[in-house]
Amino acid sequence: MTRGLEKVTGAAPAFTDPLPPTPSRKGRGRHFIVRYLRRNLSLAVGIILLSLLALFIVIGNLTVDTELARPLSVRALQPPSWDHPFGTDRQGRDLLAAMVAGTPLTLKIGFIAGFLGVGIGTLLAFVAGYYRGMTDTVIRGIADIGLTVPGLLVLIVIAVSVRGGLTVNEMAIIVASLAWLNPTRTIRAQVLTLRERGYVEVARLNGMSGPDIILREMMPNLLPYLAATLVSSVSAAILASIGLEVLGLGPLESPTLGMTLYWINFNAAILNGWWWWWVAPIVIILMVFLGLFFLTVGLDEIANPRLRQSV
Amino acid sequence: MADDTIPLVELRHATKTYGRIAALEDFSLAIESGRPAITAIVGESGSGKTTLARMLLGLVAPTSGQVLYQGRDLHALSGTERRAFRRDIQAIFQDPYGVYNPFYRVDHVLTTPVARFRLASTRAEARNLIEDALRAVGLRPEEILGRYPHQLSGGQRQRVMVARALLLRPHLIVADEPVSMVDASLRATILGSLRQLNQERGISIIYITHDLATAYQVADNIIVLYRASVAEAGDVELVVRAPKHPYTQLLITSVPQVSPERMWLDEQRGGQRAETAHNGCKFAARCPVAMPVCQQSVPPLFRIDSRRVVACHHYAAPGDVQPEAMASVFAGE
Amino acid sequence: MSASILRVERLRVSYDHPLGSVRAVDDVSFSLRPHERFGLAGESGSGKSTMALAILRLIRPPGRIDGGEVWLEDQKLSSLSDDAMRALRLAGIALVPQGSMNALNPVLRIRAQIADALGDHGMSLTQRDLTARVHDLLGQVGLPPAVAEMYPHELSGGMKQRACIAIAICLRPKVIIADEPTSALDVVVQRQVMVTLARVQQALGAAVVLVGHDMGLMAQFVDRLGVMYAGRLVEIAPIGEIITSPRHPYTQMLIATLPSLERKGMMQGIPGLAPLLRDLPPGCAFHPRCPKAAEICRAERPVLRNLGDQQVACHFA
Repeated sequence: MTRGLEKVTGAAPAFTDPLPPTPSRKGRGRHFIVRYLRRNLSLAVGIILLSLLALFIVIGNLTVDTELARPLSVRALQPPSWDHPFGTDRQGRDLLAAMVAGTPLTLKIGFIAGFLGVGIGTLLAFVAGYYRGMTDTVIRGIADIGLTVPGLLVLIVIAVSVRGGLTVNEMAIIVASLAWLNPTRTIRAQVLTLRERGYVEVARLNGMSGPDIILREMMPNLLPYLAATLVSSVSAAILASIGLEVLGLGPLESPTLGMTLYWINFNAAILNGWWWWWVAPIVIILMVFLGLFFLTVGLDEIANPRLRQSV
Repeated sequence: MADDTIPLVELRHATKTYGRIAALEDFSLAIESGRPAITAIVGESGSGKTTLARMLLGLVAPTSGQVLYQGRDLHALSGTERRAFRRDIQAIFQDPYGVYNPFYRVDHVLTTPVARFRLASTRAEARNLIEDALRAVGLRPEEILGRYPHQLSGGQRQRVMVARALLLRPHLIVADEPVSMVDASLRATILGSLRQLNQERGISIIYITHDLATAYQVADNIIVLYRASVAEAGDVELVVRAPKHPYTQLLITSVPQVSPERMWLDEQRGGQRAETAHNGCKFAARCPVAMPVCQQSVPPLFRIDSRRVVACHHYAAPGDVQPEAMASVFAGE
Repeated sequence: MSASILRVERLRVSYDHPLGSVRAVDDVSFSLRPHERFGLAGESGSGKSTMALAILRLIRPPGRIDGGEVWLEDQKLSSLSDDAMRALRLAGIALVPQGSMNALNPVLRIRAQIADALGDHGMSLTQRDLTARVHDLLGQVGLPPAVAEMYPHELSGGMKQRACIAIAICLRPKVIIADEPTSALDVVVQRQVMVTLARVQQALGAAVVLVGHDMGLMAQFVDRLGVMYAGRLVEIAPIGEIITSPRHPYTQMLIATLPSLERKGMMQGIPGLAPLLRDLPPGCAFHPRCPKAAEICRAERPVLRNLGDQQVACHFA
């Protein structure tokens, strides 16, 4: 009785398949990045806007005397001039100095809060999404309840109860306390999907432990998504901090963007016609948010495999 | 090595139910260490073959009954024993793309088991092991290593998975529909590799599929599942060339063959009787030769000859075969 | 004019890819007689599904129809306006696309989906007439009237596919194109669905184009078969001739890859890999894998030649 597939195994050497030609390695590298950016306009615009801001901050801090951002440094309420390119405000701050000193402070709050939020959120999301069971129910329950409470309200309550003034770092922690809620939910959803992938099953068959699988197999595939979540989290944190500051609950001495807005409001700058006071911070805030927004959209395209094309 | 009289892997009256639906019922099978054979498990969707595969791999625990590895209950193994189990029983899955982590090159699926199970002590040794495994399945290492999964064809990816299974020198490979997502022209190569592994390296293979024709070509033994139970099992030549169970007969005549006679489209006989809930044979409603007793009691596995069992009342004989005796039906005496 | 109900002449379909344009269907011609069952066989990447879409002018950018003509009876399809073409789909030529059973609207009952198809083509029926029509259609595909009130998830795979066939025939088309209608189905169910399709076709007097890769299925179902490779038609012949004496090496090997249920040890494969469409070998696209290949195969692309009843594109047929 003939067993076996002799016809096949006999011809084994001839069966090594010629490989389909791969895209040439030369196409990679700088050339590739430029070409990609041309296709992913959002990413390009986002990077440009944020780079301009970064340049402004860096060059500004090198050329402008940030001491002038303190009150009573210069003559008050001067329109823009050669001496004071952005003009001055009612408390005697040079506005260019205030912007140069304050923007990084606002961004710092956003970054700290955003990173903390996504960091905690990722950890909780993986634990909940991978292990399921009671852990998942508890984490998900807390996040769900937390999400239904109006965030700004909670932040206001916390900010008001802190004795004395707030420092920039304290603001960051306060905002971070709520920033982890949304990332936990969204990242958990991604983890749930990834968990069912074939390669996760193979990893389990390899005897890999849970943390091993999470770190080595699942996390790398989530990096684009995490990046996009991080950027939008930073954006939300900045918004929350500006919101608190506009209400007067921020660090009163710092020239952060939100505090500047507060003083603008307090002094009725718009009604009084001191246009130079409010134009600069508005433009900068716009650049921050638009830059972060376009960056998010651009990163989204990388994160979403369906939009991704292999070139 | 392991005691040859204890089966490598054994399912004893294994049953899996999800709520009220039985995915697999009272299934028993023993895979011996000493006699490497290729066993095909054939069934349609809902037959329980996937559940069976997952139980063998320890991915799913039976609702009742036992899964034993070297005589010990699978879900009560110690850490070391479990590692030995994971080495001994390997799997090849259906989707040749999903099993690859798109973030890594294909090397990753080969280097990971080498590292985890400490198969090599130096990098060079590991590299040799991997290259040997790739060559054993007919692939050229220089064409495979360093590439990303999407740069290889489905057939190549599947063969890399066979190479991976090979690395660990398992005693058993569970292949769950390994070629159904691969082009027809490449199937022979992959199945040929499996056959080679069985003959040259003494690895037992469980080949799970809905494709009766490839099962016939590749396997020595066959088990036909119908709705969570065994309909017929035995030597593959007997079961396929001279099927006894009406369901097996239906399966075989349903496969369209390349032949000048065109009878396939003619209406098949067989009932479409209403599925009344009863305690009898699950196939009774569709069976063209159903008898009254078929509606009343579930037929046990009857032994027709030394190499075959059938679960059908038509073959009732004194001395019916109990499920665990099914093992001795295969490629033995 | 001609006796054919569907005629495809030198059809060309290309896709624009960042790395260059790719010819998915290259100069394909065939004709379909009334009541005929025609098969289009090929593996993945052969262009057969693209063909089906192109006939119905369903190719969207980055794909486009580069050249060639399709006639339905005497109507040249390219000269139809978009609206007229839309009206022709389902009413003149119906397509049962690949995976259509998964494309049924999950929130609509079967009856509503059939009503949608009828309504889209300007047929407004009273509720009573609609019910009668739906039950009649379901009966034709062997489904009980109760199915009309069910949702897709309540049906099995085979029943869903038969429901798709019911939608495809609701306007009595002249041609039914079925693209891999049974690829996701079990063997027993597959047979039921194909029997249904055959019965429905005969009742309507329509012609069927079956697109697929299962040579066994083709052998048992179609009257004539066209074999495609890398976007080109390499052989067309009556099915009986192709089975008993296939001329093109690819056809021969395709038939040989079908595992037999009669004898063990006969499983074969086709060495090599299907070529990337954007990087086709010169001359005959199959020559790198062909056991009969010679210099001329690399130099010159073979054209379809008549050999009695058969047409083959091979230098050595």
